[in-house]
Amino acid sequence: MKTVKQLSAALASGQVSAVELAQDYLARIGQLNPTLNAFITVDADKTLAEARAADAARAAGNAGLLTGVPVAHKDIFCAEGWKTTCASKMLDNFVAPYDATVIANAKAAGLVTLGRANMDEFAMGSSNENSFYGAVKNPWDLNAVPGGSSGGSAAAVAAGLAPFATGTDTGGSIRQPASFCGITGIKPTYGVVSRYGMIAYASSLDQGGAFAHTAEDCALLLNVMAGFDDKDSTSLEHAKEDYTRDLNQPLAGVKVGLPREYFAEGLADDVAAAIEAAVTELKKLGATVVDVSLPNTKLAIPSYYVIAPAEASSNLSRFDGVRYGHRAADYDGLADMYEKTRAEGFGWEVKRRILTGTYVLSHGYYDAYYLQAQKIRRIIANDFVAAFNDCDVILGPVAPTTAWNLGEKSDDPVAMYLADIYTLGVNLAGLPALSIPVGFGKSVDGKAGRPVGLQIIGNYLGEAKMLNVAHQFQQATDWHTKAPQL
Amino acid sequence: MKWEVVIGLEVHTQLTTQSKIFSTASTAFGAAPNTQTAVVDIALPGALPVMNKAAVDKAIQFGLAIGAKINQKSVFARKNYFYPDLPKGYQISQFELPVVEGGAITINVDGVEKVINLTRAHLEEDAGKSVHEDFHGMSGIDLNRAGTPLLEIVSEPEMRSWQEAVAYAKALYSLVTWIGICDGNMQEGSFRCDVNVSVRPEGQKEFGTRREIKNLNSFKFMEQAIKYEVNWQIGEIEEGRKIQQATILFDPDTGETRMMRSKEDAHDYRYFPDPDLPPLVIADEWIDRVKATLPELPVAMQARFQSQYGIPAYDATTLTSSKEMAAFFEAVVAAGADAKLASNWIMGDVSATLNREEKTIAESPVSAEALALLIKRVMDNTINNKTAKDVLKKMWESGDSADTIIERDGLKQETDTGAIEAIVDAVLAANPKAIEEYRSGKEKALNALVGQVMKGSGGKANPGMALELLKKKVS
Repeated sequence: MKTVKQLSAALASGQVSAVELAQDYLARIGQLNPTLNAFITVDADKTLAEARAADAARAAGNAGLLTGVPVAHKDIFCAEGWKTTCASKMLDNFVAPYDATVIANAKAAGLVTLGRANMDEFAMGSSNENSFYGAVKNPWDLNAVPGGSSGGSAAAVAAGLAPFATGTDTGGSIRQPASFCGITGIKPTYGVVSRYGMIAYASSLDQGGAFAHTAEDCALLLNVMAGFDDKDSTSLEHAKEDYTRDLNQPLAGVKVGLPREYFAEGLADDVAAAIEAAVTELKKLGATVVDVSLPNTKLAIPSYYVIAPAEASSNLSRFDGVRYGHRAADYDGLADMYEKTRAEGFGWEVKRRILTGTYVLSHGYYDAYYLQAQKIRRIIANDFVAAFNDCDVILGPVAPTTAWNLGEKSDDPVAMYLADIYTLGVNLAGLPALSIPVGFGKSVDGKAGRPVGLQIIGNYLGEAKMLNVAHQFQQATDWHTKAPQL
Repeated sequence: MKWEVVIGLEVHTQLTTQSKIFSTASTAFGAAPNTQTAVVDIALPGALPVMNKAAVDKAIQFGLAIGAKINQKSVFARKNYFYPDLPKGYQISQFELPVVEGGAITINVDGVEKVINLTRAHLEEDAGKSVHEDFHGMSGIDLNRAGTPLLEIVSEPEMRSWQEAVAYAKALYSLVTWIGICDGNMQEGSFRCDVNVSVRPEGQKEFGTRREIKNLNSFKFMEQAIKYEVNWQIGEIEEGRKIQQATILFDPDTGETRMMRSKEDAHDYRYFPDPDLPPLVIADEWIDRVKATLPELPVAMQARFQSQYGIPAYDATTLTSSKEMAAFFEAVVAAGADAKLASNWIMGDVSATLNREEKTIAESPVSAEALALLIKRVMDNTINNKTAKDVLKKMWESGDSADTIIERDGLKQETDTGAIEAIVDAVLAANPKAIEEYRSGKEKALNALVGQVMKGSGGKANPGMALELLKKKVS
């Protein structure tokens, strides 16, 4: 499996053209996507047109570092002329008339779109089973979920259907599928990647990010995606960074914090063992380990599952059948059109969160739920600030277990929510975090163990430091080079 | 029983920005449906609002003009409800922390001044329009207006009659157009009033239950609606029924109000801070910058007109009813006319003619300089006041100058004593009774004869000179 860095070199040397590269990946998608269901939309004509343009740019001497490298985009970023569904029946017929800033940035960098990656409907889910287009399969074990909500992006990269991919992370939706699929995924500081054109789930938590095999490739894609955008009022006015700049810094003297709450009851033994081995490896590389505390970790779940649904209930009001998207075929008057359209257009998890969110914002409940959740959110952020007084990065598991079986938790949404315990706090605090593969769990159903991810949480705008730790680990280990047998 | 009326107003003023409050689309009125819509205004998936600072400038201007507090931090909130002309399914407004708090406006009803306190003014976006024309049984939606910036100005419930309510609305209208934050085009919906009305027995402290009359876009309708509503509420109570809180509409065709929705049907708007927009932070420098652009306000100008030009308070108030009229007055005086005469002419013949022709002073065919010349010809006795009125009429129609008309039509006053003396003699000969009365001490008896002299001179005699001559001859 080739890294983006290798592909970039091959394109620069003329060893391969963008068209050839696109054709190779399209062929692999054609072969494996029927099994994995990682893509909702593939359009070879569009992809090859972009590849030809990339080759032409190179011939004209206008190629950048990544010109001609193929990428998969999560189907949440509006891309002009592409069906942009958010994995919902509601948008099954929606062709975006404009480009999200992430898409525009990718185009400007010469990236070639391979297709639109599957996901949980409106990014709500941790297993990618909530897609109108069907569940995505985990390339390591077709009985396992790939994680969610960016499960299609993660599965595509893990299976070699794309060298890297975009995703979004509202409560762990990049880190958790990266962990479940044995690849690297980064969610930057809130405000680093523009949300313009990224279909909103929970606006104050949503953040775009990247998947790749290596931390270095993630840094390269983040270089393309990130930057201040005056079309997004929550975008950080922050000078453009080169996220690769610190990759090769030695780890001597770097202090890594281990929050004791992340290693307490509930963490599966096989996951704990892989994480501990990774920590040992980092110590060997010169890092110092310190004990830190994030005392309100458990409160992240109720806080998140009030705030995110509250924002979602309002964000998803625009899907009303009036201007675009699904509209019920038969209805009697306005209220009936709204009811039928939304009843038919949204899946169960989306409806559950809209109902929850509507409830917590209602008159008489707002103070008890929404305001209380916001207070907890501040407390959780303060816990992180305090912890970062003692360390440079925080390490822990991404999820309490490895990937579970398809269907295993489908009927128990609360069990699924509880599995988000280690990822939600980062979003509530607005911090950057990434996941790197650090081994495999115990054997499941007589088959090989499923991947385990290590979460590295950085301080605000500490992406380069996080990537440095991840890259140094990957220089010393080979977990990121492992590929599933397909 | 004597009833007291309690009224509070919520006024939606459309702000005169080039582009919308959260998008770059134009706010111009009258374009083909749905042509002035950016992705934000259609609420496409992924679209995000970006605050238009020009709208904030205008909110600050208003706050400064009414002596209100400009909040250093205000918060945009989402007001959630479903309606086809509300594309996002929520309106971005301000709820707990508005941009402007407090302030006051002075009104004048029948010469009695009253200060009306304001609760707040907040920024929000307008909705689109439903178009119920012939779409084969369906409704159309035009989103051109969606996202037009509004400043919602909320008063305390301090008005006690329809006269006070209308005076307040007019004073507010005059202020927002004066400082230029609103174009004042009521027909196009630039200034829309919601009127909260309740009644209570005189002397009772607690307010009665209010009903809110929505969306009045003319002062006449406001008067009619309040009068009707007050009568209706008193009638209900006197017949033993209770007033239920409700939102109502006024129908100008029937002159009646009717129920739109009751309290039970009231929306739960589920307000919460909009996570797409950080709090609006207004630093002192921003306020100072806006302050520097604020024009002289009517109240300050009224005081200055009285002291600088020595005109009465009434004149100063009338002349400052619009910025254009005030500027016109100052231009007439600057061109050499006496201030009081200028005031009389503008408030009198000029305003009357403009009203008759439904024109504003900016559209006056007689310029300030031309009016000043006419007044100067009265001041230097070239023509008398009555002739001047005719000259103005001719100036209005022809566009010629006062001098041209006086010359052409031979309207110069007769100042030749000999010529007038002959007329005076003839008038006195025909009025022996008046002479007698004057001699017996009735000074005014001769005044009546001045008119006859004027008539005899074909209007050209100087009335002052005629009176002098009459007195001289009989004493």
